[in-house]
Amino acid sequence: MSKNLLEIKDLSVSYGGIRAVKGISFEVPEGEVVTLIGANGAGKSSTLRSIAGLEKPAGGSILFDGKELVQMGTEQIVTTGITLVPEGRRVFPNLSVLENLKIGAYQRKDSLDQDIAWIYGLFPRLEERSWQMAGTLSGGEQQMLAIGRALMSKPKLIMMDEPSLGLAPIVVQGVFDIIKEINKQGVTILLVEQNANMALKAAHRAYVMETGKITLSGTGKELAENEEVKAAYLGKAKNK
Amino acid sequence: MNMKKTTKTICTLIAAAAFIVLLVFLESNKNKYGMAVTVLQKGFILAVVAVSMNLLNGFTGLFSLGQAGFMALGAYTYAIFTIPVESRASVYYISGMNPVLAGIELPMLVALVAAGLMAAAFAAVIGFPVLRLKSDYLAIATLGFSEIIRALIASPQMDTITNGSYGLKSIPAASIYVVVGLCIICIAIMALLINSSFGRAFKAIREDEIAAEAMGINLLKHKELAFVISSFFAGIGGGLLAMFMRSIDSSTFKIAMTYDILLIVVIGGMGSITGSVLSALLVTASKEWWLRFFDEPLTIAGVNIPLFRNGFRMVIFSILLMVVVLFYRRGIMGTSEFSWEGLTGLIKSIPSRVTSLFHKKEGAAR
Repeated sequence: MSKNLLEIKDLSVSYGGIRAVKGISFEVPEGEVVTLIGANGAGKSSTLRSIAGLEKPAGGSILFDGKELVQMGTEQIVTTGITLVPEGRRVFPNLSVLENLKIGAYQRKDSLDQDIAWIYGLFPRLEERSWQMAGTLSGGEQQMLAIGRALMSKPKLIMMDEPSLGLAPIVVQGVFDIIKEINKQGVTILLVEQNANMALKAAHRAYVMETGKITLSGTGKELAENEEVKAAYLGKAKNK
Repeated sequence: MNMKKTTKTICTLIAAAAFIVLLVFLESNKNKYGMAVTVLQKGFILAVVAVSMNLLNGFTGLFSLGQAGFMALGAYTYAIFTIPVESRASVYYISGMNPVLAGIELPMLVALVAAGLMAAAFAAVIGFPVLRLKSDYLAIATLGFSEIIRALIASPQMDTITNGSYGLKSIPAASIYVVVGLCIICIAIMALLINSSFGRAFKAIREDEIAAEAMGINLLKHKELAFVISSFFAGIGGGLLAMFMRSIDSSTFKIAMTYDILLIVVIGGMGSITGSVLSALLVTASKEWWLRFFDEPLTIAGVNIPLFRNGFRMVIFSILLMVVVLFYRRGIMGTSEFSWEGLTGLIKSIPSRVTSLFHKKEGAAR
């Protein structure tokens, strides 16, 4: 049994009195792919944003590698080893692919050449387009760039907010292959997805969120076979 | 189209040498080419301020209109500390000079750095509240700040420091080498900054604040940094302007000054340093020099053309501006920088551009 890299306890997030996340607890063990699935507005993105320090949690604790993150700013959290791939890719459109990657490593002061070579190894398409403006890439390539950019900070944990959003099915398959590949190379992954089918297949462990609470948890396989999950998220009718 | 690195270095060296020869030539024939000397100096000074504004508006994406205010702070700081002590009585002939300041005379370079620091200090203080605002609101707040500074400088209460509305004169002159040299140093420092990792962080903020924040870039800290650095160089630009004009007056630093600078930045291209420099020189030259003949009465074949009179050049200038903005929507340089490859590419493309202009008219409509 591997140790927990990230431990969330009673985390809640509020937006002006509205509680988006209502005291959730979950763990992300080191070296695994963990996914949070759920409908729109379930609080998945808010959870990721508060772990990344972009949103101040209203309460609870976030322990990463034994360190409390709640009081930290995003810069420190990135330095500690967590990076968020934001929803909707959000690459810097008028900067080149290479510049985008370099900004990903902004908090690092050491040499980047090796890591750029690593990213280009993972995504050969990005190397071909090294000098192209990121805004001219296709949706799939932009998602690759967003993931590559996040990896440039050498994170122990990478959090991805809906990496399959707005991509063609064949491209989505490519993104999930990359997720598995990155995981194999030792990066722990916390994945938020609406594409429950793909996410559950890729994940070692999964949690289902509904209106700010975690309602179900288990291994990816268990949840994929769970009747309620099937009915609600996988578009399959309950067997009566 | 790849040029050899040595070829590029040689081109750069030749250009630099030609520029130095031009400066020496102008300095030794000052009386004959007075206009060129003036335009070159003023153009470079405005280039410093334009690049500083571009750093903020073009590279960091913060729409600020406070440049004239920071220039005023710099110009007055520089002037107050460099006017020779013996001529101060005649400058402050109305109410005398503040006794604390009256004895302090600083060397030119020290005063110039002080000018930059004064502007930077004001920027640091107003930056914290103001930089929480976005786009138009930030523009209005900085515009207001700039006017407040100008009004303060001109107010009678400040008579013993700024000489109120009488302005300051007898500022020591500097040679064209000093003015242009200092301008080039300032622009080079800003260019280095923009190409550093700080510059990349500024561009990331311009492109997407949320993504920049997620990458661990502290938004407020970097915006504040860009604002302070930009104001520092606007202050230096103001100091250089005082050095060049030798007498300053608060009315020089009206909103119109900010608009002039903004115009240079937009014409040159938001996000291009060389664009700002090029445009500063072109705009200054056409405003002050090349279009002058429109102001002179013109007689062709005994008929006096009625339009040619004082002020007509500004009409022509405005029309030219509109044409430039229509045909180069993103400014002369866009967001790219000058390169020798770009120049040779442009020259080589001229024949095909000219022919395409004649062959299909829709080329111009694009």
